[in-house]
Amino acid sequence: MNLLLASILIPVLAAILVIAGFNARRTAIFAAALNFLLTLVIVGQFKQDGGYQFLLSVPAVPALGIKFSLGVDGLGVAMLFLSTAVTLAAIAIARPPKANVSWFYASLLFISAGAVGAFVSVDAFFYYMFHELALVPTFLLIGIWGSGDRQTAAWKITVYLAFGSFVLLVGLIGLYLSLPAGSRTWDFRELAQAARIGTLAPAPWVYLTLFFGFGILVSLFPFHTWAPQAYASAPSPAAMLHAGVLKKFGLYGLLRLVTPIFPPAITEPFNNLLLVLLLGNILYVGLVTISQRKLDLMLGYSSVMHMGYIFLGILSWTTIGLAGAALMLVAHGLSIAALFALSGELRERTGTLKFSELGGLARTMPKFGLLFGFAAMASIGLPGFANFAGELMVFFGGFSAGKPVVGLNNFQIATAIAVWGVVISAVYMLRAYRRVFFGPPLERWKDLPEISTHAKICVVGLLILLLIFGFAPQLLVKFVLPAIVQP
Amino acid sequence: MIVPYALEISVVCVGIFLLMVDAFLKTDKTTIAWTGVVVLLAIFGLTFALGPMPKGVIPEGFYVLDPTSLFFKRFLLLATVLTLILSVDYSPVYQKFVPAASPQAGLGEFFTLPVFACAGMMFMVSANDFIMIFVALELVTIAFYVLVASMRKNQGSLEAGVKYLILGALSTGFLVYGITWLYGITGYTSLEGIQSVLPRVPEQYQPSVLFGLGLVLVALGFKVAAVPFQFWVPDVYQGAPTPVTAYLSVASKAAGFVVLLRVLEPFVTTPAFQVKVFGILTILAAVTLVLGNLAAMSQQNLKRLLAYSSIAHAGYLLVAVASLSAPGARVAIGFYLGGYLVMTFLAFLVLLNVAKASGGDDIRDFNGLGKRSPVLALGLLIAMLSLAGLPFTIGFLGKFFIFEAALASGQYVLVVLGAITVACGFYYYLKVVMAMYWQPAAPSATSIQVSPFGHFLIGLLVLAIILFGIFPQPLLGALTHL
Repeated sequence: MNLLLASILIPVLAAILVIAGFNARRTAIFAAALNFLLTLVIVGQFKQDGGYQFLLSVPAVPALGIKFSLGVDGLGVAMLFLSTAVTLAAIAIARPPKANVSWFYASLLFISAGAVGAFVSVDAFFYYMFHELALVPTFLLIGIWGSGDRQTAAWKITVYLAFGSFVLLVGLIGLYLSLPAGSRTWDFRELAQAARIGTLAPAPWVYLTLFFGFGILVSLFPFHTWAPQAYASAPSPAAMLHAGVLKKFGLYGLLRLVTPIFPPAITEPFNNLLLVLLLGNILYVGLVTISQRKLDLMLGYSSVMHMGYIFLGILSWTTIGLAGAALMLVAHGLSIAALFALSGELRERTGTLKFSELGGLARTMPKFGLLFGFAAMASIGLPGFANFAGELMVFFGGFSAGKPVVGLNNFQIATAIAVWGVVISAVYMLRAYRRVFFGPPLERWKDLPEISTHAKICVVGLLILLLIFGFAPQLLVKFVLPAIVQP
Repeated sequence: MIVPYALEISVVCVGIFLLMVDAFLKTDKTTIAWTGVVVLLAIFGLTFALGPMPKGVIPEGFYVLDPTSLFFKRFLLLATVLTLILSVDYSPVYQKFVPAASPQAGLGEFFTLPVFACAGMMFMVSANDFIMIFVALELVTIAFYVLVASMRKNQGSLEAGVKYLILGALSTGFLVYGITWLYGITGYTSLEGIQSVLPRVPEQYQPSVLFGLGLVLVALGFKVAAVPFQFWVPDVYQGAPTPVTAYLSVASKAAGFVVLLRVLEPFVTTPAFQVKVFGILTILAAVTLVLGNLAAMSQQNLKRLLAYSSIAHAGYLLVAVASLSAPGARVAIGFYLGGYLVMTFLAFLVLLNVAKASGGDDIRDFNGLGKRSPVLALGLLIAMLSLAGLPFTIGFLGKFFIFEAALASGQYVLVVLGAITVACGFYYYLKVVMAMYWQPAAPSATSIQVSPFGHFLIGLLVLAIILFGIFPQPLLGALTHL
């Protein structure tokens, strides 16, 4: 059995078993752990510069060249690793809800299956389909088990993402039709090959449609408004899976389908527009983040803000910038998952995440405070965490991008502005940290229980991964590099 | 050698036979429906023994048996079979609204008329001459007039019947008037004849040809529920007996689209008319897409919502019709209609069972269905997701093929509108999902029992939606010659 197919089928089968009546929590954790182990096996067997591996291909619609093909290269392995690691943490930390336990776990497993399926697909069509598969479980998770104004949030994210994915689909079809009839394909490898030898000549509108389609899914400014509210309302494992893994789908698509395919002649005219938008992500959304008064909304906005850096790395079109973007994909996924896990635990204990009602929690729950501190530092991008390495590479990439001019070119100006985003992140994270954990301890939070063992294990696991990739980014970069650098 | 119209003749014979059975049968009338199901399935099997026939074989030229018509004859037979099965389920409700002259009065006709409508629609998909189109259309419409209004003690059904009758008669008027214009200029009623004359029509008569075609399009727009000829749809769909609604929304629409494709064929292949005809079709598709989807968003009644969704789906199909210059457009239309058959009947099957148990078909009657009847809820969930166009369902692939064709023929405006309306679609289809899984059931609501056969049918339709959504090749293979 193909290992990649197995890693898609394990969560699906587990979801079916859960619905059929097996013990939901145990089955789900077992499946997630099994899938993580399977990923480790795949990582172990993976040959670093062997291109796509673990291939499987079944024709689905021969008339349109659509094949159900699986396979991973270095970037795919990295994303697979991120998906299964965050899935394991999210499912292990999830608290079974009062009602509909089986549907809750089945939905989480379906999101995981969608994410894994998207990242191991080599065929653009199935890559798209797998991502869409995760839309309905997200809708159900937020709508049924969410908090706050959950129904509005669920509607907003679903309609927004349905629209975004359709824009993306139009772009994908446009790309497909740009190939001469007879050699049309959805295969990533063949598309890149066709672009290299010049038979693929897409029109500029295809580039824009793809960029904005992916952009809506990744909350590119000004299409970001669905994200913070949805993440704030979602139950924490759903927020971990969506913000940590599923949202990376769009950025992964940009690295996969846009960078290797569109020549600079098409992309350059739009660079200034896109630079302005990504600065909107970093500066405008960053300032909005500072003004938040609730921890979960603040984390939601911060996750939107960090997308700006990754966009910058991708747009810079330089090896180091692209590698930095890929590193940040993983780093941000792990750190935001840890933060959402902790904020979910906090909400379970206090019932509120408003800064005005919290304070001094470090005294009652020192270990919780310590872990949150670590995760917050990682998110800011402190040296030692993978986020730092990623951001640094992105800034290097951004500064060396563009045409040399007298003085600074637009990329260098944008990068110089974007660096201030680090300061903004430090401001909102440290402010939030101070207001929640320091200050005079409030009487009503005197008896809060300390973080539970299994939650601790999950968060510590995510933080350890962040530290490993922070001290040795080369571990990831050497996987990713052959995949994103043009031979 | 088989007579070309053997299929239609046998279906008509089945109808007459069932009427005879009805006259003499003293026991349970549902036997009529089951007999119909079995015989129609046998005819469905027979269609595979019958290959397409070249044009010369049928000298009259008003009837063609090409792969398109053969595919849609199978489609219509299946739709009729499903309608009869639904009718059996519906018969207790039907009985309540029919004056009880004798036990099970009216049921015989209720089960037999769909068979005659089926024969009419099978003629429609083969018709290659305006006279033939008109006669077949009338056979279908008259059967539907009776079916829609047949629940005589139900005000909604009567109102629906009157509306359908008046607007139907009006559209027939348009059709005949359009045919006379086209005949007057070209001298032919057969489409082949018109095709041969069209390139030679002098320029000063071209507006008259377009006027005639426009009148015919009005009549066909009425059939397929395209805006602005959709006014009858919501009321008729809501008032008619549920199986008839399903039948109307699937079979009548499909037959209408086949006729539309045939009628348009001469005009879109003649350079002098091409651009103008595509222009008209683009406008028609755009308004149908937008209005159908926007109006569906505010509906509170599931049957009405499905009525507007049927308009919306006519919009997507019209997008493909307006993209006929792309090679894949015909296949896309066939595939979309195939998917539409499965998911619509699944939705109506669940609707019918729930409405029978809770006495209403408002969306709030579906509250808590996930708990009350998990199988029905799962069926409706899959149907709604497929109608909305979620991947791994047949509905997604249908939309995908249509938009592929639209982009290939450069219909960018329609694609943009399509992207927006798909998002609207997610909103109103998920509203039903929300009611089933988010809302608590009303205290008086009980769990709903479904027969084993009902379970089997739901399972079969769900399986078809998902299997063809992943591996559409078997269905596409049947469509390649379109």
